Amino acid sequence: MKYLALIYAAPGAGPDYGTPEFGPYMDGYRKATETYQRDGVMLAGEALQDTSTATTVRVRNGKTETMDGPFAETKEQLGGFYMFECANLDEAIKYAAMIPSAEHGSVEVRPIMEIE
Amino acid sequence: MGSQASEQERRARKAIEALARAETGRLLGALVRDIRDFQLAEDCLQDAMESALAHWSRNGLPSAPAGWVLQTARRKAIDRFRRARNFERKAEEYGRLIELDQRTVDSDEPPLIPDERLQLIFTCCHPALDSKTRVALTLRTLCGLTTREIARAFLDATEAMAQRLVRARHKITKAGIPFEIPEPEHWAERLNSVLSVIYLIFNEGYSATEGPELLRQDLCLEAIRLGRLMLELAPGDAECEGLLALMLLNHSRAEARLDDQGGMIALDNQDRSLWNRDEIAKGCALLDQALERACPGLFQLQAAVSALHAQAASHRDTGWSEIALLYGAMHRLSPNPVYLLNRAVAVSYAAGADEAWAALGALEAELCDYQPFHAAKADFQRRMDRPEAARLSYQRAIELSNNESEKAFLQSRMASLGVQV
Repeated sequence: MKYLALIYAAPGAGPDYGTPEFGPYMDGYRKATETYQRDGVMLAGEALQDTSTATTVRVRNGKTETMDGPFAETKEQLGGFYMFECANLDEAIKYAAMIPSAEHGSVEVRPIMEIE
Repeated sequence: MGSQASEQERRARKAIEALARAETGRLLGALVRDIRDFQLAEDCLQDAMESALAHWSRNGLPSAPAGWVLQTARRKAIDRFRRARNFERKAEEYGRLIELDQRTVDSDEPPLIPDERLQLIFTCCHPALDSKTRVALTLRTLCGLTTREIARAFLDATEAMAQRLVRARHKITKAGIPFEIPEPEHWAERLNSVLSVIYLIFNEGYSATEGPELLRQDLCLEAIRLGRLMLELAPGDAECEGLLALMLLNHSRAEARLDDQGGMIALDNQDRSLWNRDEIAKGCALLDQALERACPGLFQLQAAVSALHAQAASHRDTGWSEIALLYGAMHRLSPNPVYLLNRAVAVSYAAGADEAWAALGALEAELCDYQPFHAAKADFQRRMDRPEAARLSYQRAIELSNNESEKAFLQSRMASLGVQV
């Protein structure tokens, strides 16, 4: 099954760029990605620019409306994702738990819908 | 003629009810294994039960009723697969069912029912489901309780409970919650999730003060039945033994803990001659067996506390020092201020309230909204001859309680202080 792991964290909850903790944190991401590739479960994975760069698009009555900012103003914001190919939810949870941001934020694991 | 027919129908209905209670776990386990879809398995089993009522009312009971139901449920699944829009995707499951059905037809024997109940209970108690859902799903799937019975036990509407169960079954299938016995590395953690669900069912029955009396008893007995099942499926597991021992030991006091009006009687005022000696003996034997395995766990430690109470001649003669040590061990295994509170209470009975006062005070910040903390504090103050302070603590405890019989109990304790309000 395919699973999307959505990585949420509050701004400033994790180590900031330029602090001594930032290096090991990024190293954690590198190691996690290596593990995913080695185990053959990684389909995709990217980090997103922060939410100040977000644009929300809606189409109403055929007219495209845009708004500055993310869809929902929540404390924890979407910062990146991985897509895994796993046998079951237990396996997906195991890999999601390796994402360094899980230690200060949260990772939502959702199965990808298979269109019939 | 008509009365004969209705007599046969009555007998069929009774047989099906008994079958549902005794065999739902095995039947659903077998179906889920082959169909790989919880909701579909449940639907096909329901169809088969309805079909059983029609056939058995007309022709009497078959020689192997459970096998008959399994075979019928498999055919219902075959039917549903054939009619499904996404037939190809279920080709593998379909093929397996056709083969199983053919084998039964060829051998002329009812199908054997494989025991998949351990996989089933691990799925129903998976940590990706919320705790109430785990409890409800386990009662429905392993115990064969009807949705209506489960809803009544939780004082929920049947419709809401039915929706909860449907959502849970869909999540199991769509999110890929596995139908497997966990790997050794996850065994302890996942087993603990199962045992916790069983203990929640027991406590729901043991401590509920609302709802019909009979139903509460039923939940306790269902939990004990599940405890026995786990021991059968995972023999030699110390925590399974510990949980069953704990439930039997606590249940031994069921008769003594409520007064005629259904009010709560505290341990120190219970008539110990009402305690069930048979359950105490069984609980203690199981606990001894568990402790010999030298794999300590929270359920064994709690059972050990319950056993010390069960074996004491009186409240005063209880092994309070040992109980204090056991709560200390629980806190080391799984840090929790409630264990420290219980330890302080045990120390107060072993060595005096003055001795334990400081330990109690240290928990104030963490447990300031926890009713039992204030009840314990009031009791300490009463025994330290500070009735005015005790009254204030009882008042706080009563404010925090949302259970009528508990409130009545605290009020009677407060009244016994003899302080003018």
